[in-house]
Amino acid sequence: MNRATAVFAGLLVIALPLSLLAGRVWLDPAATPNAALILAELRLPRALLAIVVGAGLGASGAAMQGYLRNPLADPGLFGIAPGAALGAVAALWFGYATAPWLLPAFALLGAAGAMALLAAIAGRTGGIALFTLAGLMVASLAGALTALAISMAPNAFAMSEIVLWLNGALTDRSWREVSLVTPLVAGGVLLLWRAGRALDALTLGEAVARSLGVNTGRLLWLLIAGVGLTVGASVAVAGIIGFVGLIVPHLVRPLTDRRPSQVIVPSALAGALLVLVADSAVRVLPLVTELRLGIALSLLGAPFFLWLLLRMRRGLA
Amino acid sequence: MTLAADRISLGQRLADVSLALEPGTITAICGPNGAGKSSLLEALAGLLEVDRGTVALDGADLRDMPARDRAQRVGYLPQAHEIAWDVPVRSLVELGRMPHGDRRAGPVDAALEALDIADLAERRAQSLSGGETARVLLARVLAGEPRWILADEPLAALDIAHQLALLRHLRRAADRGVGVVLVLHDLAHAMNHADRVVVLDRGTLAADGACEDALDQRVVECVWKVPVRWIGEPNHRALVSG
Repeated sequence: MNRATAVFAGLLVIALPLSLLAGRVWLDPAATPNAALILAELRLPRALLAIVVGAGLGASGAAMQGYLRNPLADPGLFGIAPGAALGAVAALWFGYATAPWLLPAFALLGAAGAMALLAAIAGRTGGIALFTLAGLMVASLAGALTALAISMAPNAFAMSEIVLWLNGALTDRSWREVSLVTPLVAGGVLLLWRAGRALDALTLGEAVARSLGVNTGRLLWLLIAGVGLTVGASVAVAGIIGFVGLIVPHLVRPLTDRRPSQVIVPSALAGALLVLVADSAVRVLPLVTELRLGIALSLLGAPFFLWLLLRMRRGLA
Repeated sequence: MTLAADRISLGQRLADVSLALEPGTITAICGPNGAGKSSLLEALAGLLEVDRGTVALDGADLRDMPARDRAQRVGYLPQAHEIAWDVPVRSLVELGRMPHGDRRAGPVDAALEALDIADLAERRAQSLSGGETARVLLARVLAGEPRWILADEPLAALDIAHQLALLRHLRRAADRGVGVVLVLHDLAHAMNHADRVVVLDRGTLAADGACEDALDQRVVECVWKVPVRWIGEPNHRALVSG
């Protein structure tokens, strides 16, 4: 276990109980009426969902940055999150979202469609440039179809449902979502973790990695499957939550020796921590309606991204 | 124990090239820009799928060989000094052990010692100078204890002292029985330091043999289209124009 894993695991252990107590109404287990019920049925599943979703997004961000050898890569750029979102939007458009399993199922189908498209275009050659372009194409196609769905929404209610859902949130989620998303994200993180050593070799470029015995085609499949499972499952239960995959590896890297394999697991923990803390913060903020988690993280993420760019510019200068 | 290309062709880049390389020697691949040197090296390393012909290591077709077996035997050093993350030198060199599935300290330390960079082991990659980076990347290849070292322009971007030092290290490896194949732009380095020179011109083999023959003045004039002449004694040659 490296230092970053220990640090973020420790912080997560501290943050979880605080998050369970935090909210518009702070919970006092001894005094609040129905405290046990609120904890067991509302706060605990929501906190666990934040942890699982954040872990998936963090790990996939670290793996994508390692694969593309680019610290500005975000898993959302590569079509899987927009594909999942498109699936969910389709469910809302057709009014299927009243059945509890259908929206996540549609989102997972959307993610699978995006993965299949990515694999069909870039999977055979295993080239990084082709993969990036294919991802951007899938992302923009899914984005355009989502915009089309919004503009042609059958009624104002469906349109507001879609827009609200796209903003990403963990409000009113239950154990059902936790049990749906946990095995998928766990499987995805495991696949990404397995890609770690090959990502280390990629530090020296694609040709060296291949000369060291890395099967770049298999690596691409591992990544598509790993990112597809983690990001697809996250979008399926929480909507679009951006910037986590971009920010988190940067928080983790200084605590590691910067090998991509050493960043993946701590990024899962740091992602879990970030989403848990952010979701607790949006509950505590004294606003009329609760700030959507996706919006909050974007408000946090955009300045961070700018800071990152400025720091890189200083580094280049 | 040979690495042999048998009539390999690849698009416009290589046409019907055959050569058999012997271990324990340094072979230089020379030729003008665009002659197909890097393609030939990558094909010999099993990294490039050729259209026709075969590349065989000890008689076994590289295409049929599991990637890991090939990686244990053939070390490849590309021209680009690409290091994407600011990782410690030791973990870079340890990557050389990847085909063996271990991080044994013995070969890693030996590679660091061989290139006089043991004191750099804890440094970060981005803090290294160009010469230090070149030696670290070669150490990565040596740590894998390959029987073949295939290096594309390993001397480019190095000053003369570092060039000669690197050539000394490669000669030591060849003396231990490793087959060394280098793409070299500097014909004088090829002339003075290689045991054998392969000259490529527009994807075909223009000359192949001992340095003095393969880099004969007439070959150079014919392939590079410049009037030149060699001066000095064997092993201490210099190329001058005219």
